[in-house]
Amino acid sequence: METVKINDLACNDLPWKVIYDTTRCTLCGSCVAACTFGAIKPRIERRRKAFSDTETPEPKISFKAVPVITQLNVLKHYCRGCGVCERVCPNSAIRSERNPDSRFNVVYQTATASGPKRGGRNNLENQARTLDTLRVGRISQMTDPSLDAQRHTFDCLAPLGRILPADRLPFTVGPDGKLVPTGHTPPTSWIYPVIIGDMSIGALSWRMWEAVAMAVAYLNEECGLPVRMCSGEGGMPVKLLTSKYLKYTILQIASGHFGWNRIIKAMPKMIEDPAGVLIKIGQGAKPGDGGLLMAAKVASHIQAIRGVPKADLLSPPNHQGLYSIEESVQKMFLSMNAAFKFRVPVAIKVAASATSVSVFNNLVRDPYNIVGGFFMDGIDGGTGAAHDISLDHTGHPIVSKLRDCYLAAVAQGRQGQIPLWAAGGLGKTGNLAADAFKMICLGANGVFTGKLILQMAGCLGNEHSRCNACNTGLCPAGITTQEPTLVRRLNPDRVAENIVNYFLGMDQELRKLMAPIGNSALPVGRSDCLVSTDKAVADRLQVQYVC
Amino acid sequence: MCRIGAIKSLNYVHPSRALQLMNSQQKGHDNSGFAMVMQDLGGIFADYKDLPTLSLACTDEGLKIAEGILGAAGFKQVFEWIPETNRMPGLDIKAMPNYVFRTFDYPETYAKSPAKEKEELLTATRLKLRAAMERGETGFAYSFWPDVITLKEIGDPRDIGTFFGLWDENDRFTAKVITAQCRQNTNYAIVRYAAHPFFLQGYTTLANGENTFYQKNKEFQASLNPAYIGFESDSQCFLYTLHYMHRELGWPLSYYKHIITPLPFEEVQKREDREQLSAIRQSLAHLEINGPNTIIGALPDHTLFVCCDAKKLRPIVVGHTKEMVAFSSEVCGINEIMPDRDWETDIYPNEREIVVIDNTLEVQRWKQ
Repeated sequence: METVKINDLACNDLPWKVIYDTTRCTLCGSCVAACTFGAIKPRIERRRKAFSDTETPEPKISFKAVPVITQLNVLKHYCRGCGVCERVCPNSAIRSERNPDSRFNVVYQTATASGPKRGGRNNLENQARTLDTLRVGRISQMTDPSLDAQRHTFDCLAPLGRILPADRLPFTVGPDGKLVPTGHTPPTSWIYPVIIGDMSIGALSWRMWEAVAMAVAYLNEECGLPVRMCSGEGGMPVKLLTSKYLKYTILQIASGHFGWNRIIKAMPKMIEDPAGVLIKIGQGAKPGDGGLLMAAKVASHIQAIRGVPKADLLSPPNHQGLYSIEESVQKMFLSMNAAFKFRVPVAIKVAASATSVSVFNNLVRDPYNIVGGFFMDGIDGGTGAAHDISLDHTGHPIVSKLRDCYLAAVAQGRQGQIPLWAAGGLGKTGNLAADAFKMICLGANGVFTGKLILQMAGCLGNEHSRCNACNTGLCPAGITTQEPTLVRRLNPDRVAENIVNYFLGMDQELRKLMAPIGNSALPVGRSDCLVSTDKAVADRLQVQYVC
Repeated sequence: MCRIGAIKSLNYVHPSRALQLMNSQQKGHDNSGFAMVMQDLGGIFADYKDLPTLSLACTDEGLKIAEGILGAAGFKQVFEWIPETNRMPGLDIKAMPNYVFRTFDYPETYAKSPAKEKEELLTATRLKLRAAMERGETGFAYSFWPDVITLKEIGDPRDIGTFFGLWDENDRFTAKVITAQCRQNTNYAIVRYAAHPFFLQGYTTLANGENTFYQKNKEFQASLNPAYIGFESDSQCFLYTLHYMHRELGWPLSYYKHIITPLPFEEVQKREDREQLSAIRQSLAHLEINGPNTIIGALPDHTLFVCCDAKKLRPIVVGHTKEMVAFSSEVCGINEIMPDRDWETDIYPNEREIVVIDNTLEVQRWKQ
């Protein structure tokens, strides 16, 4: 009998268990080949079998070496529960099952002197979402008729860019009684109120990036939806920078300044202006950590785009060289505006935080009229790596913070001057239209989303810690990996089609929500449309409580 | 549903015409109130066109408060008209004890002040009166402005007319512009201030419908000007938008429609003035209205206009003769007071136009 070594790792210590049925398995090897984490491997088991080969029972014993599939009890190769084995098995012989007795958080730390890191999904969000306690409670009736979602026209566009108050617009009245512009106004564009959030070309596979870019181009050029995507920190391929599709992309500059050398070098060759510039000051999903692009994902093309060696790349959570609002406004905004000759709106992205209203209040008073948008990112979401501890225990929900910012603008009569964009867990239930609509009613001009785009592409993860391997470079769906064999699992055409279809469906749904409240333009700040079934939420957001 | 109407005439008109205009639409309102604003006054007020007249409904206590405030501010009364009210039993009216229409001379310290300063004084005084009388509901200060009289009352419009003796036409109490509303009360509580028309610094609006963007309109307007208060009615927002655009920003009336019902983005892009229109839409997005509305408005120069929401969900008709133009929610109103007009020239304003009547009664139709 083998001695029990209590400190050895057992499969029962891991978060997922592989359940395997030898009687169904034909040993085709598909599951082992498909498991990107190497969590299962073939092994030989010695089997004892009693049998009788005579007419009257004369039991005999035979021993046989049988090949089977087993789970590895190795930390590096722990099963993520992605379920790819189950997908590829022709006989339903294998699947993974959540292990409620997991000791993972303890054994990982005791073995590695480090907390687990993972792609950005938090595990602790097990209560009802705030947005789900809100309903669109004002239904227009006879006196204020609702609209026909199919027949009426709707103006579903949101501003990106600094908006001057009317009394500061440079207009004079001409001799014919018409307003004549007499000066410069900051650049503003009206775009679809749902932006594809910033996911870097290092975080996503090249096929995924290609698919998103394709989808956005299709949505703009064939469907008439001016959807914009954001590059994320990490730069862009020069080919895209110098293509006509740049106009659909918001370029992000972030704390790592990755790829900006290339962008600046590409500027003379750009034939289109980018849709905007987004300066990331803070992020919601990886609060305090910054995104960590593991060396495993820093493929040669990523090295080229970012101008870095193959090493772990941290996008720090904050700009290391900026320590004040004045500095950020002056240095970053002015230079970024100047780089594009004040033709491109420049927005700022901050993490939702207990202090973000102060930042917003400061920015709305910015004397340069240069802050073209206030993007706020809440705790849910993300594709990059961060420590479990940060993902689960740090961060700020987005809904109340967005409301705070909007009401702060209202108190100063400055609503709309810096468009508010919010994200963080939107579309978590799969219905982005409802979430976007509610956020808009609470004061957002628009929303952005990243994680849901991954779901559209076929991400196998869920909100209960399934998979969460975006950071490892082993994404079994080929979405967040640079491993060529894995990337090939993704069909960019299908992904683009999925994204386009989802947006078209969502656009319909958005109209279906605007119609009953009788609005043909986005209901920004129409909190009177919303009711909450939760008294605390109702009070906090200043909407009506219903039961 | 409220019914609204307006009369603009080359000659002075008695409010009985406005009552007739509204009375014929009786089936369309619920008799819960009547209100009107008379501008460009004739008759007994004709000699006081440059001096402000206070329109007040109040209790005795309220009157004392008002007199105290006006006296302290240095206003000197030069004229007073107290309507002969008919307090016969059976009238459906919740009358106030006093109706005060008093004309004042400006305080001596303002004798040489520019018009703008005087106007600010009048507004500040009215706001002060309103605030002082709001406690205990001792009175309602509807307007304090030269050449303007406002009357608002709760009850059956016909009885209100009888109460104030407004059915008997005479040449003592007349005006060239009269805007009026018969009310359908859609609020739970009947608030006197909530009755249209609303008036501020020479600007009048009244509306028929709902303002579905009330919340965002209100939240935005509340910080624009200290006089933008009340918001007892969702339609009050239209007045403040008009006032802000025309007086504060100094923009021509034609842009009112662009603010409240902006053109679709696609159409704006095709226009030469897209830069201006985009900037307006961006900056004043919170003044947009989306709801079903017909808005009648008057400017300080007595220009009268009407426009609708972008979906044209509320009716309005404009009838005109050489001497009079009338707006009415229902055509029966115009038939009543202008039976001999050529009804084929009646105008039913569409969703993208403003119909404007200037002081020569020229009817202009402006496409947005």
